[in-house]
Amino acid sequence: MALSGMRGLSVFISDIRNCQNKEQERLRVDKELGNVRTRFKNEKGLSPYEKKKYVWKMLYIYMLGYDVDFGHMEAVSLISAPKYPEKQVGYIVTACLLNENHDFLRLAINTVRNDIIGRNETFQCLALTMISSSARPLVRKKAALCLLRLYRKNPDVVNVDGWADRMAQLLDERDLGVLTSSMSLLVALVSNNHEAYWSCLPKCVKTLERLARNQDVPQEYTYYGIPSPWLQVKTMRALQYFPTIEDPNTRRSLFEVLQRILMGTDVVKNVNKNNASHAVLFEALALVMHLDAEKEMMSQCVALLGKFIAVREPNIRYLGLENMTRMLLVTDVQDIIKRHQAQIITSLKDPDISIRRRALDLLYGMCDVTNAKDIVEEILQYLSTAEFAMREELSLKAAILAEKFAPDLSWYVDVILQLIDKAGDFVSDDIWFRVVQFVTNNEDLQPYAAAKAREYLDKPAIHETMVKVSAYLIGEFGHLLARRPGCSLKELFSIIHEKLPTVSSSTIPILLSTYAKILMHAQPPEPELQNLIWAIFNKYESCIDAEIQQRAVEYFALSRKGAALMDILAEMPKFPERQSSLIKKAEDIEVDTAEQSAIKLRALQQTSNALVVTDQRPANGTPPVTQLSLVKVPSTSSNVDHHVADQGLSQENGTLTTVDPQPPPADLLGDLLGPLAIEGPPSADVQPQQNIVSGVEGVPNAVEATAIVPVGEQTNSVQPIGSIAERFQALCVKDSGVLYEDPYIQIGIKAEWRAHQGRLVLFLGNKNTNPLLSVQAIILPPSHLKLELSLVPETIPPRAQVQCPLEIVNLRPSRDVAVLDFSYKFGNDMVNCKLRLPAVLSKFLQPIPVSAEEFFPQWRSLSGPPLKLQEVVRGVKPMPLLDMANLFNSLRLMVSPGLDPNPNNLVASTTFYSESTRAMLCLARIETDPADRTQLRLTVASGDPTLTFELKEFIKEQLVSIPTASRAPAPAPPAPQPTSPPAAALTDDPGALLAGLL
Amino acid sequence: MEAMHLPIYFKCYDVHDDMKRVPKEFMNSMRKNKIHFVLLISRQGKVRLTKWYSPYTQKERTKVLRELSGVILTRGPKLCNFVEWRGYKVVYKRYASLYFCMCIDQEDNELEVLEIIHHYVEILDRYFGSVCELDLIFNFHKAYYILDELLIAGELQESSKKSVARLISAQDSLVEMAKEQRSSISNIIAQATK
Repeated sequence: MALSGMRGLSVFISDIRNCQNKEQERLRVDKELGNVRTRFKNEKGLSPYEKKKYVWKMLYIYMLGYDVDFGHMEAVSLISAPKYPEKQVGYIVTACLLNENHDFLRLAINTVRNDIIGRNETFQCLALTMISSSARPLVRKKAALCLLRLYRKNPDVVNVDGWADRMAQLLDERDLGVLTSSMSLLVALVSNNHEAYWSCLPKCVKTLERLARNQDVPQEYTYYGIPSPWLQVKTMRALQYFPTIEDPNTRRSLFEVLQRILMGTDVVKNVNKNNASHAVLFEALALVMHLDAEKEMMSQCVALLGKFIAVREPNIRYLGLENMTRMLLVTDVQDIIKRHQAQIITSLKDPDISIRRRALDLLYGMCDVTNAKDIVEEILQYLSTAEFAMREELSLKAAILAEKFAPDLSWYVDVILQLIDKAGDFVSDDIWFRVVQFVTNNEDLQPYAAAKAREYLDKPAIHETMVKVSAYLIGEFGHLLARRPGCSLKELFSIIHEKLPTVSSSTIPILLSTYAKILMHAQPPEPELQNLIWAIFNKYESCIDAEIQQRAVEYFALSRKGAALMDILAEMPKFPERQSSLIKKAEDIEVDTAEQSAIKLRALQQTSNALVVTDQRPANGTPPVTQLSLVKVPSTSSNVDHHVADQGLSQENGTLTTVDPQPPPADLLGDLLGPLAIEGPPSADVQPQQNIVSGVEGVPNAVEATAIVPVGEQTNSVQPIGSIAERFQALCVKDSGVLYEDPYIQIGIKAEWRAHQGRLVLFLGNKNTNPLLSVQAIILPPSHLKLELSLVPETIPPRAQVQCPLEIVNLRPSRDVAVLDFSYKFGNDMVNCKLRLPAVLSKFLQPIPVSAEEFFPQWRSLSGPPLKLQEVVRGVKPMPLLDMANLFNSLRLMVSPGLDPNPNNLVASTTFYSESTRAMLCLARIETDPADRTQLRLTVASGDPTLTFELKEFIKEQLVSIPTASRAPAPAPPAPQPTSPPAAALTDDPGALLAGLL
Repeated sequence: MEAMHLPIYFKCYDVHDDMKRVPKEFMNSMRKNKIHFVLLISRQGKVRLTKWYSPYTQKERTKVLRELSGVILTRGPKLCNFVEWRGYKVVYKRYASLYFCMCIDQEDNELEVLEIIHHYVEILDRYFGSVCELDLIFNFHKAYYILDELLIAGELQESSKKSVARLISAQDSLVEMAKEQRSSISNIIAQATK
């Protein structure tokens, strides 16, 4: 055992170790602190050695968890000692003891600076090590990481212009230590803005080739025979920040390496070798997913993951599940993942909670209409044995899945009631609020739900939440059961009343409401029942709880009014539809717990089916915006007037509208109770469309439909491969790729944009051995674009590709999109498709960087509408700020980090080109709310009112649905007519429509 | 490299002279550090070494230590080496009676970090010659030097054991040299004053 070489320190450590208990330890520490303090006071007599010793003691005491509030000065002063041993101690202790915001650090700055610019390499290292936390590799690698540290800390202050070349140079480095550090720096730089670093991309691929293929590394940089696994991982991480790899050669060689990694990694005996090789493998998987590889390679990945989730090694199994969840983002492989369902369910019973969480998350992510029943039932079963830490999460997830993917609504009711029965303590109020909403909005469901509630009431001991939900359901819909045995109003009343002594004061008000409702339904009045209930009301009239008291008094008075009671206590009107508060809650939880991508994924996928099930769209197709206002305005019908008057009454009293005395967050309360007092019942001409089947399928159809403009029936028997909408979205941020593909033809696109002009080449490729006939391509240009398509041949020969160039001139700003009406004949199939061309607004943008000096005067000079427009956008897909910045950059709006003093805001600048506006500077500012990522304030300014408006709407569309998300609903198909008002443009898109309503 | 960034650093420092304003932003941006902290905890829950790469106050540090030792020390054998904790992941590994823990972000590569831990242990092992907990208790400062050569700003800076060993022994000899110098000077003084 090597000793520290400082006897005093060793003795002190031994003393501490010999302490029998915490109290003794504290005494010993206090004594030592006292000792150190006195010694520091008469500093004269302190030799450097002693000073060093005491500073070490201080660090040791600090590490034990005691506060050390003196001696910082001594530690810092050691930094300026001339000799290495003192300096070293000074640096290390200062770095550990003081965090970076400490005032004392300023004392050290000069010394640190002198050390760095000094010629002593060792001192340079010490200084650099401290800042983080050159000529020679040793210093260079530390310098690279320090730079990274500074950059992370304050990206706007470290000026990165012109670093690209330097970074590229650094990547040529042979010394792997330096390369490792440089790669970390590159990862940080490209994660912020990849545009400047394209030149580094091939170098990264080369590095990867050098390591993984050629194994060209010095012996000391292999780790269990693997060439620096860390560098391999970092390199692949850096590559994931580039949106795509354009150069076919680079792409090919990268895929070769990836293929080698995917196929060449075997499970071996040695744990460390295994871990290291799988670290590389999992990173390769992530890169393959990112690069959107061919389906073949993807299936290979899924197969690998399928193998992993079945192995014994817990780490690999954990990572297999985790990565499979990420894989769900890739559309094509979901069916293959589903084949592993049984294995994943087994992992839900694993002894390791980390693994169970991953399994649950994956099940949650992969759930859809086809497997919802199995998965939810599996979760319910697991719920009774799960540990407490997971129950709340489990029940929330089960509730969300049941709501989203219920094959029929009665099953949904079953699930939720079971959930309350099994894990009542963990079922939050919003879960039962939600089931009440569903039942209220679906008449078919009401008798069933009431009967179910009645069944649960028969059980001897039920959870209080169950009492609440059953009481509510029986009160509202109990009368529908009247003819069934044991369901007369009186029997219902007595069975509910049995529960009264067992419940807390938060449930009693609900029970009182139920009694009032039962009383109301008893027509003609049953005197016996009436007396019973009146007796209860009388009893609670003097209750200490104000809520209960008020209800008792008011219900008593109301129930003496006879027939008027019918109007006041009539059935609750239907709830307005909105996004499930549960999903929002799940998103919130994500921040606290180790929730992962699956919830985000869900959020990106189609909105709840439930929304469509009860979609109350007027038959004449008036946009729902007006519908809402229609409902609010009392109609002339006397019946409705009457109702409104009554509502006024109930609102005054206040009690009828509140069921829960402890109001949950406003939106929950609003979900369940809000509409009663504000809006009238759905007017008679509004026919609720309660077609469950069409509801379930409605949304995906709608998503597909938006891909084809105009939204028309698609009679084609030939189905496109891949989603047209996604391909279009991808092309909006890329300049080449596939626009459309089906079994016969592939239409590729390559575009070049220069200012207000563009040249687009369509590649029509016949995939078959027979010719394609009657080929026709017509461009339907919007008014703001001048388009010239060269001739398209009528026949495309077998296995041939035809190129059709298309010249585009942008006349003025508009979000409208040109449509390609394309048709051909193959055999007897006549195929016709209408495809949006990716000549979108952003293509005519040219990002330009602006400095603070340029930005602010411009920003101020454009004051107010119509040149500067501001709007609060709600229903934004939640994403981290960094992703949003990347989204903007990919739309050619250049984000200038740091211009806005508030770190939650983004400022972006760009130039727009069109014939009418010429080059026009556009500025945009996004203010996000860290507490609520679904809303933000968007301000756009430019020198042209139309441009400002169009750009604002364009940005809004992009924010409301992220184009990179695989299953996000496409933005509204821009109507072909010029300058359409935003409301009209949005009505076709369910996502935007809902966002508008929210 | 040096000439390029150093002046910038100091300029940056001046800009943010008002220290009171800084912390919040700093906290946010620094959360991006790859490894947030390194902890060595004994099986009894005693702390053997802590290194924080993201800023935490002393109060937060104590809380983290308490929470994590509660979570990690209670985990049985043969479970995976990852624990999900407050939206982060803690990768840990047990060596004899010591738990080595590193905290990273959700999306980081867990196995990579697991092997950084092992790499560190191997280097310690080589330095001390079959390292044991006592070595680390009495030589915690050495453990710090070595960690500093391995990680900077929560990033791996050197993956070669040889090169770390070389650096550490160079540092040791510098300390030794200074010590000899001092004792020879004090000998001279002693002899002179005799």
